[in-house]
Amino acid sequence: MAVDALQINENYTEKYGFHDASEYAAEAKRGLTPEIVREISERKGEPAWMTEFRLKSLGYYNARPMPPWGADLSGIEFANIYYYLKPSEKKATSWDDVPDAIKQTFDRLGIPEAERKFLAGVSAQYESEVVYHSIRKDLEEKGVIFTDTDTALREHEDIFKQYWATVIPANDNKFASLNSAVWSGGSFIWVPPGVHIEIPLQAYFRINVENMGQFERTLIICEPGSYVHYVEGCTAPTYRSDSLHSAVVEIIVKEGARCRYTTIQNWSNNVYNLVTKRAQAFRDATMEWVDCNLGSKVTMKYPAIYLMEPGAKGETLSVAFAGPGQHQDAGAKMVHVAPHTSSQIISKSISKAGGRTSYRGHLAVAKGADNVSANVSCDALLIDDQSRSDTYPYMDIEAEKVAISHEATVSKVGEEQLFYLQSRGLSAAEATTMIVNGFIEPIVKELPMEYAVEMNRLIALEMEGSVG
Amino acid sequence: MAENTLIIDDLHVNVAGREILKGLDLEVKQGEIHALLGPNGSGKSTLAYTIAGHPKYEVTQGRILWQGEDVLAMSPDERAKRGLFLAFQYPTAIPGVQMVNFLRLAVKNVFGDVPAVEFRRRVRATMAELKMDDSFATRYLNEGFSGGEKKRAEILQMAMLRPKLAILDETDSGLDIDAIKVVSDGINRLKNPEMGILIVTHYNRFLNSIRPDKVHILVDGQIARSGGQELAEELDRVGYDALLKTA
Repeated sequence: MAVDALQINENYTEKYGFHDASEYAAEAKRGLTPEIVREISERKGEPAWMTEFRLKSLGYYNARPMPPWGADLSGIEFANIYYYLKPSEKKATSWDDVPDAIKQTFDRLGIPEAERKFLAGVSAQYESEVVYHSIRKDLEEKGVIFTDTDTALREHEDIFKQYWATVIPANDNKFASLNSAVWSGGSFIWVPPGVHIEIPLQAYFRINVENMGQFERTLIICEPGSYVHYVEGCTAPTYRSDSLHSAVVEIIVKEGARCRYTTIQNWSNNVYNLVTKRAQAFRDATMEWVDCNLGSKVTMKYPAIYLMEPGAKGETLSVAFAGPGQHQDAGAKMVHVAPHTSSQIISKSISKAGGRTSYRGHLAVAKGADNVSANVSCDALLIDDQSRSDTYPYMDIEAEKVAISHEATVSKVGEEQLFYLQSRGLSAAEATTMIVNGFIEPIVKELPMEYAVEMNRLIALEMEGSVG
Repeated sequence: MAENTLIIDDLHVNVAGREILKGLDLEVKQGEIHALLGPNGSGKSTLAYTIAGHPKYEVTQGRILWQGEDVLAMSPDERAKRGLFLAFQYPTAIPGVQMVNFLRLAVKNVFGDVPAVEFRRRVRATMAELKMDDSFATRYLNEGFSGGEKKRAEILQMAMLRPKLAILDETDSGLDIDAIKVVSDGINRLKNPEMGILIVTHYNRFLNSIRPDKVHILVDGQIARSGGQELAEELDRVGYDALLKTA
């Protein structure tokens, strides 16, 4: 997500909620059948094994009932969704080659400018396909692969096949199965041993058409001793009827490597956002999820880290914001497979004007995984009496020698805090904004500077008019 | 009337439905230092909060005028912008908000924008005067502050906002002798002929370092006696009961 895009987020409908004409949607079919799945695979010119993988996944998807827990998903009209839309015939590596209407969209969102300013590589996905892709020459020369996932399947099938669906199998859960059947786009990153990518790689995801289903698939492999920071952002137009975003993200962090994955999710309030994210961290590796959920109608997302070998470290920092009509059911999973592993989950949620946030966490320590330390801390802040927050922490500890702490708090923006700040000349809205920004500060300070500034600005905008 | 005078006239205030102030009259003229003493529960803090505009304090009768205008019609931030300041007895913590960022916004709201360099210089100089470590600037507001640190932080805010009327609510309570000296030196430095001060306190000892022009004894929601510094000294000697019997 780009700096300038966020700066102009004074009003979602005006600033992000616009949409382009979309002739390509006219002849597309809605709904999901084996024929549509075959057609997607055919149009992409995929090898037979991928076509079979997709069809098998469709079977898993159809066989599995909707999850009986979590947020209310009864509003999704699966038969009305476009499962695949191709907006442009080719992928560009220069913004000049991106079709005008699409380029204008990304211009308005500030992506090309952000790329020039502070990014090492950019991917821009529009509907089902990545329409623009670039990576800095020096990284390419070091052997870094940063491309869209479809291209990776064509050009790097050997690496691709070795890791594909190994972290999140096709039958993992209903929405992972759906993604596996109809996936398109997403990022593929391979960082060679010892290579540190010091500035972030970024992907920007945009839904344009009403009732679109976006199913990108991301696979990141960090070879031993490498480092990458990947940032993704997403927005969509505001429509009356709903769209569906269901991504799968798989990450493998090998010995001594470190991966940080930052999400600033700002979908419009008619998008169901149901995402499966999971990483495996091996010996002395570090995996970090920084997960900010501001938008969407419903989000269900619990980034997971499997700590596979001794010395592995996992950290998830998450912020959720829920306004009117929004339900953020977010959290984290930590699975300590090996002894001498450590993890930390810090979750902060803010609910306003009837919004609902849920923290859902799972902490598991396998039998024999001794000398594990794990900390979970989740804090919820309620702006008013209409809003709601729930905590669902699950723990599954089968080892003996473990150090585990869990803290959870729910608080309201306090009258005393508001009065204190107001008595120093701050308006009620400024005081609320300051309290909320302070509340999420421990996580925002982990964001790259450009995003941190904009995150605070977004909160300020959300708080406007929220207090008398 | 542009003069920085505070006039309190027949003030009645309820807290949670119970009447705490029962017809209080007080006038603090420009540049005067007043001390308000009284036993626990007499309504001292209630008066301080009411002047600052805490929503929990309900004025049922009477009025407060500041610079000739009706204070009770103003929001708390409006009062701050007009130069009223309350140093809290128990300042609340705002986690995640750095002292310096908070001060910056407060100063901006009260005075308009100050250049960043000038602002930082003033913060640093004032902190040095109050014997506050530089690290204070980036600590989260009142979070994990000791009692003495909180009181110094209040005086720091007062110094930055340069009020025209400062109300010090038990600023001396919970402080040891050295800390009282630092705080009272700070107040004495800020004192000027344009600024009025209303000191709310239990004890006389604070008044030895900040000499008030007038002393009032508050009992059961009303001013029972008023006088000069000698009244505070007498109170110190004989205590409330004896003092009020002689009234």
